[in-house]
Parts: sequence; C-alpha cells; structure tokens
Amino acid sequence: MFGNNYMNDKVIYVHNLVKKFGNFVANDNLNFEVYRGEIFGFLGANGAGKTTAIRILSGLSRPTSGEVIVAGFDAYKQAEMIKKNIGYMCQKFSLYEDLTVKENIMLYGGIYGMKLALIKKRVHELLERLNFQEYENRIISDLPLGLRQKLAFSVAVLHEPKIVFLDEPTGGVDPITRRQFWEMIYETAAGGITVFVTTHYMDEAEYCDRISIMSEGRIVALDTPAALKKMYEAETVEEVFIKIARPALA
Amino acid sequence: MLPVIESFGVCKSYGTTRALDNISFTVNESEIFGFIGPDGAGKTTLFRIITTLLLPDEGTIKVLGLNCTTGYKELRKNIGYMPGRFSLYQDLSVEENLNFYATVFGTTVEENYDLISDIYSHIEPFKKRLAGKLSGGMKQKLALSCALIHKPKILVLDEPTTGVDAVSRAEFWQMLEKLKSHNITIIVSTPYMDEAMRCDKVALIQNGRILAINTPDKIREGFTRKLFTVKAMDKFKLITTLRKYPETITAWPFGDSVHLTLNGDNTDDSLLIFLRNEGITDPVIEEIAAGIEDRFLELMEKGSKG
Amino acid sequence: MKRFLGFVKKEFLHIFRDYRTLIILFGIPVAQILIFGFAVSTDIKNAGVAFLDLSKDEITQKLTDKIISSGFFKKTDNLLNYSDIDLIFKTGKTKAVIVFEENFGSKLIKDGKASINIIADGSDPNVATLVTNYTIAIISDYNRELNKPAVNSSIMIQPEVKMFYNPELKSHFMFVPGVITLILILICALMTSVTITREKEFGTMEVLLVSPLKPVQIILGKVTPYFLLSFINVILILIMSWLVFGLPVKGSVTLLLLESMLYILMSLSLGILISTVSKTMQQAIFISFIGLMLPTILLSGFIFPIENMPKIYDYVSAVLPPRYFIIIIKSIMIKGTGILFVWKETLILLLMTILFIGISVRKFKVRLE
Repeated sequence: MFGNNYMNDKVIYVHNLVKKFGNFVANDNLNFEVYRGEIFGFLGANGAGKTTAIRILSGLSRPTSGEVIVAGFDAYKQAEMIKKNIGYMCQKFSLYEDLTVKENIMLYGGIYGMKLALIKKRVHELLERLNFQEYENRIISDLPLGLRQKLAFSVAVLHEPKIVFLDEPTGGVDPITRRQFWEMIYETAAGGITVFVTTHYMDEAEYCDRISIMSEGRIVALDTPAALKKMYEAETVEEVFIKIARPALA
Repeated sequence: MLPVIESFGVCKSYGTTRALDNISFTVNESEIFGFIGPDGAGKTTLFRIITTLLLPDEGTIKVLGLNCTTGYKELRKNIGYMPGRFSLYQDLSVEENLNFYATVFGTTVEENYDLISDIYSHIEPFKKRLAGKLSGGMKQKLALSCALIHKPKILVLDEPTTGVDAVSRAEFWQMLEKLKSHNITIIVSTPYMDEAMRCDKVALIQNGRILAINTPDKIREGFTRKLFTVKAMDKFKLITTLRKYPETITAWPFGDSVHLTLNGDNTDDSLLIFLRNEGITDPVIEEIAAGIEDRFLELMEKGSKG
Repeated sequence: MKRFLGFVKKEFLHIFRDYRTLIILFGIPVAQILIFGFAVSTDIKNAGVAFLDLSKDEITQKLTDKIISSGFFKKTDNLLNYSDIDLIFKTGKTKAVIVFEENFGSKLIKDGKASINIIADGSDPNVATLVTNYTIAIISDYNRELNKPAVNSSIMIQPEVKMFYNPELKSHFMFVPGVITLILILICALMTSVTITREKEFGTMEVLLVSPLKPVQIILGKVTPYFLLSFINVILILIMSWLVFGLPVKGSVTLLLLESMLYILMSLSLGILISTVSKTMQQAIFISFIGLMLPTILLSGFIFPIENMPKIYDYVSAVLPPRYFIIIIKSIMIKGTGILFVWKETLILLLMTILFIGISVRKFKVRLE
C-alpha cells in the first residue's frame, strides 16, 4: 500500500460531477477522492467516460455541474492553475519526434517555467537514472517505443507536479519495459507525486493502490484491488471488470 | 493435419532496421495460431507478407500450397484480412461496409451469413449507423464480419484487440473459437500475453526474431527455473528489497505479487530473514507454475544477453 | 518569458529540420519573383501582324516596314481579301490585321487623309488593346514624319480600330474561358488525388489491395463518378457564362463538350498520377491545388501571353495541359473554329491523358511498397 504519511492530503476532490454534451451524459454524478502519493487506477470500457473525466481533471474541459478540485484549485475558475500543477502523458503523443532527447527535456522545462539551472540539473539526473546518456542527442523518432515512453513519463514529472495523469502509458510496449515503467511509477508515487493512470492491461490495475471502474458514465466500483476481488469473488481484477463493466452499446 | 501456412527463413529489412530475421513456422488447418510480442516485434510486417502485401527480402512463405510472391492473385481470394486500424470506411454505414466487401469479393451478404451471424448479430441493430460513430468493440466486430464475408480459408488478424476494453476482448476471442468449427485457419497477433493461452499454438516474437514456438502449455513448461511469488503490503519496497537480495536472479512485479527466481532454486529461511531485516513484515512466499509471460520475460532477458 | 522563448526555439528547430518548410519559406518566393518578373508583362514582343494592302504603293510599303521593324511585331501574312481575315485569326498566329484602303498613297497626298483599318483579334482583349495602341503610336509617328518638311502640311492618317469576335472588348471573353480551364483542372486533379490518398491514410487501401480487385478497376472506379459529375459541372458552367456574362458559344457546342470531357479526363488522370507519388492527403492537396494553381494562372497563357515571355517559359508552358485547352476553348467559344483548327491541341491533350493513365497504372503498386 502507500507506505507513506501523505494519506490525508486530498489532491483530487470530485463531488457530483456531471458532464453533458448536448443531451448525452458522458459523466453521470461522479464522486471520488484521490490522496497524495496514491497510485490511482482509472478503468473502464471505451466510451465509458474516462477520457471526458480526465480532461476535466487536467483543466482541459469544464464540468457541466458538480465540484471538482484538483491540486487545491477549482476546475471552473482556476483551470490554468491546475494545468501548471499537473503533468500529463497521453498515449498518442508526448514528445516532439523531430527533436532530440535533450531538446525535448529543455523545451518542456522551459514550458513548465523552470529555471534554466534547474532544468540542466534535471536533464543530468534524468539521463543518468534512465541510463540514457548515449541517447542525449538522438532524435526521438529514432528511439524504440519503450525508451520513448519512459522518457515521456520522466518529462511529464520533470517539474515535480502534485499529480501526473497517464493515459494508457504502456500500450504496445514489451513486458520488461512495462514493468520498468511501473517501477518508475512506484518511485514517483513514493516521492509524493500522485499518479492517476488509465490502462487496458488488467494486471496493471493490480499495481494500483486503489482503482475505480467506470461504466456508461458512472463509477460502478471504487476500492483497493484486493477488496474488489473479495467482494466480487474474483481471482483477478480482469474477472471483476468482466463482471461489472459493460462495453458501450455501439 | 495439413499445413496451411509454411514459412522458411523469411527476412525483411527496412533500410538498416531488420524487421524480420529468419522466421520459420508452420500453421495447420483450423488452428488458431498466435503471434505474441510488443510493438516493433515484426508482427505487422510478417502479416503483410503472408497476405501478399509485401515481399520478403529472403526466404519464402507458402500459403495453401502457393508461393506468396507468385501466387498472390489466387491467394487474395482466399484470405480474409483485418489490418491494425480496422480499415472500415468511416463515412459508410455498417450495412454499406459489409455489402461493399461482399461485392468486391464476388459474393453477397446472404450467401455466407451463417458464418458471421453470431458476430454480426451484436451490431445488426446499428446497421444504418456510420462506421465512424461506432465504439471500438463494435468496429472490431464489423471489421471481423467484413473479413469473413467471403468465407476465406484463412483469417489474418493484426492486433484485433489492441486498445479495446477487456470485456470486448473476451467476447472477441469467444467468437474466434467458434470459427474453428467452420474449418477456418486463424492467425492472430496481439501484445496481450493472456490471449496467448487461448491459441492452439503460439510464437513469441521480439525484435524480428522468434523466441519460442509451441503450444502455450509447452512454452510455459519450458521455464528453466523454479518460480516463486512473494506478497507483501508495500509492493515497491518489496521489489527493491528483493533485488538487493544476493541470491535473486530476477524479481518482476506481476499484479499483486512479485515473481522471483533464485540462484539454486532454493527458498530456505535466509530469504525470509533477509526480508524481515529490511522491514518487510509478513511476506508470503509460495512456489507457483510459470505462466507464459514469465517464460517470455525469461526468453527476452536471455535474448538481450546475446 | 522563458516559456515563450523555449517555445520559439522549438519552432525554429522544427522549421530547420523539415526541408519542406524551408522550400515554402525560401524556395517559393524566389520562384515567384522569377515567374512574376518575366512572365507578367504588359509589353508585346513579336506579336503576329498580317497586312491586307489594297493599295500597294510606296507609302503603304514604308508604313508596313516601319511597323515590322519596330520590334514589337512580326509579319505573318500578306492577305488578299477581307474573307481571309476570319481564317487567319482562327489559326491563332495573328493578333491584328492592318488594312490599307485602295489608293492609299494618292488619297493621302490629294485629300490630306486616308484611313487605315486596324482589325484586332478581340478574343484576347488585353493583347488586342496593346497591339492596337502600339500600332496607332507607330502610325502617329509616321504621320509626324510625313508632316515635317512642310510646316503647313496637314496630312492625317486616320486609323480605325475594329475588334474582331469581341466588338465591345469585353474582358470576360478572356477571363471566363481561362477560369473554366483553371477550375476544371484544379478540381478534377484534386478530387482524384485526394480520394486515393485518403484510402492510403485510413488503411482501407490495404484491404482493397488484398481483394480480387485489379488496380485498373480501382483506378477507373475512382475516376468514373467524378467524370460523370464533372460533365454536369461543365454544362452548368457554360450555361452560367452564357446567362450571366453573355458569353456565346460561337462554334459547335458538341465539339466544345467533347473537348471539355477530354480535358476533364486528362485532369482526373493527372490526379491519379499525383496520388501515386503522394503518401498523405496533405501532400496530394498541396501538389494538386497549390502546385498546379500558380503555373496554370501565370504560364498557360490565361492572362499573360506566352509570346511575351522569354523562350524558356515557353518550353515550361509546353508541358502544361491548360495551355492547350485555353486555345481550344477560346477558339471554339469565341472564334467559332472547328476541329480542323484545334486538332493539334486536341491530340496533345489526348496523348497526355494516355500518358498519365499509363504511368499511373504502372506505378500503382500491387503491394504496399
């Protein structure tokens, strides 16, 4: 579990969140809280409303109604402050393909508003930790997928935000890299950064401290993996998922 | 058992990158044959060669007795192909897509309807909806129907379950298993290890090379050491501690536990004592049988060592 | 501020690493200056002029020589009678016919005035105006020369200007056919090039290739709907130009429609050819729209006459299909010519079409690489 003392610090507070697109209710009365240093898994079928919710939490979209407080900031009035205090890594794109490793890190450091000296320090630390020194001046598109994903994650937390949102970060990556990636997530969480992650790999759900399962716009389960397995008499989270999450009807 | 696909030493490079290196395998009639491996392993390249869309640089592939390179015209009538992005016409309806593919292959939807009825029944209520507006799971079913509509002898599915939720994935595999009774041979690629268990035969592929090729059970059984699971409250601390233990060969997180291999295959008390000393309270250690992913990890590590 | 600078730096890096952006930034302005500099000119050079000398005396001879030696004109023919004028305009080589009335010289000396008819090819109003003005200037000059010796002498050569085909010198006689040419080639090439690359981008091409469909079936299947719809388009455009601009079709409507269909077929084939070299829709759009637009407008003779440009532009223009169609469409619509006068251009378009289709079918890969 999260063997740290940050438990009482709420970094995400969501109360009766509703998001409508016209008549379609994408998020139907969501209620949950996420604590500092937690690894929170956000699961659900495609079309269940996960992406909509994440966009609201990361300040990219406004809720229709309900309370949403992220990193201490209100999602309606302080969306810009939210953006400054979070990291974001989405599957399709994170790094500029035609820039080098170092250039990407420097760029994002600049965008996050970090001081130059600090950025340079972090570049060093990052490259050493990932064992990337030889790749410093390589163009991203030349690197294999696994390395890119690890780098993208490191860049997303470069400015040590309170929360980092990861949208299917390990899609298509080999099993060893996937595990190394999750160890990076563990380390990050141990350092006090909350990790909010979505994934289709059910075994990765087990790595999380708590998970929530969304189905048709609602949260149908929210607890630790162990508790959910017990409640639904299942051996794996996948079994739980199959029992309670229905795929979107077209 | 008739071999339906035979590959002999196939190689393919893109510039300096070796996409496929000496690939040889055999697929028999009515088998579900899986290619398991991460992105960049070469699965799509291999499938494109099998479906006659690419030519190998070296080696040959024979499908239904015909050479892929020379016999492509005849082969294309007998292959049903579902490429990675589903390849549906987003601005045509479900019905229109199916009709189009039926016509192109010289048949009608009615002629082979029994073959796809199980699958198509899920999406039939939405037959007038544009394909672009379907959910991932529905697109998957439509693409499968379109690939099957001309009753091909071989079905080639390139990552049909990627990016699709667990429920749809499970349903999809149920549909595939039902197809076997129609004597259709299926080759499918996937990055999901658990799907490997549902195949008759599996080839583990990484960086253009086949690491192992056998039935899923035999691959599992090929695991060379004893495998232990260790559970404890603080997972991260557990992994780092286990890695510090001098007898540890590998320690990988696996869901809610860590899979551990040790020098000498031995868990005497020294491990327990070590863990307790490091502050891990009440670890639970058990020996288990290796799964296919454990074997894949083992093979990958061996492969990286040269 | 740091954020901003960091972002600006990134943009610079993107630009320098992508050769296409550099081409747009530097290559295109340079090309444009060269083209605009030389192609666009409102002077005339070597404009074809024919003479109908009903007098054939010393003065007409002198005037003829003066006109020819001015450097702006070159003599194409000596006509024998009025009925030759229509014919010579139809060949397209002559832009103006200068008619000297009978007994020009004696009338000038006896009566102090005589008239010259300047009959210009009104199908190209720009050129017609220029040619007329230059000719009048030369005549005035000669006039002054004749008057010099005697102070009181008032000899007047009166030039009368007539516009053949386009008496009111309406500029849309020039524009509308040109615009039709431009629009047809852009839209048709764009349509076919995009529809094929779209299949490539969306991945549906893969499945088509694996099907029993032959490449020729795929290509023709793509072209056919656009061909039929473009036919309706052409009819609409012609009706509109007649109703709105009063532009008649002097020649055979059937011939015009047939030639238009040939041109459309050529444009559609060009689009297919573009799609075989484009990997993405963006590329296809860029080449078929932007890549074709400027050369067509500037170098096809649409606005600026090719004769006025340096020789090299003439060669470049020779590979542009619109050049030939503009000649065809103007000839038929405004001059009322038949196939006899435009067979050369028709043949060239036909050959181009066959060439484009041939190359496309060969280049259309049966496989993905």
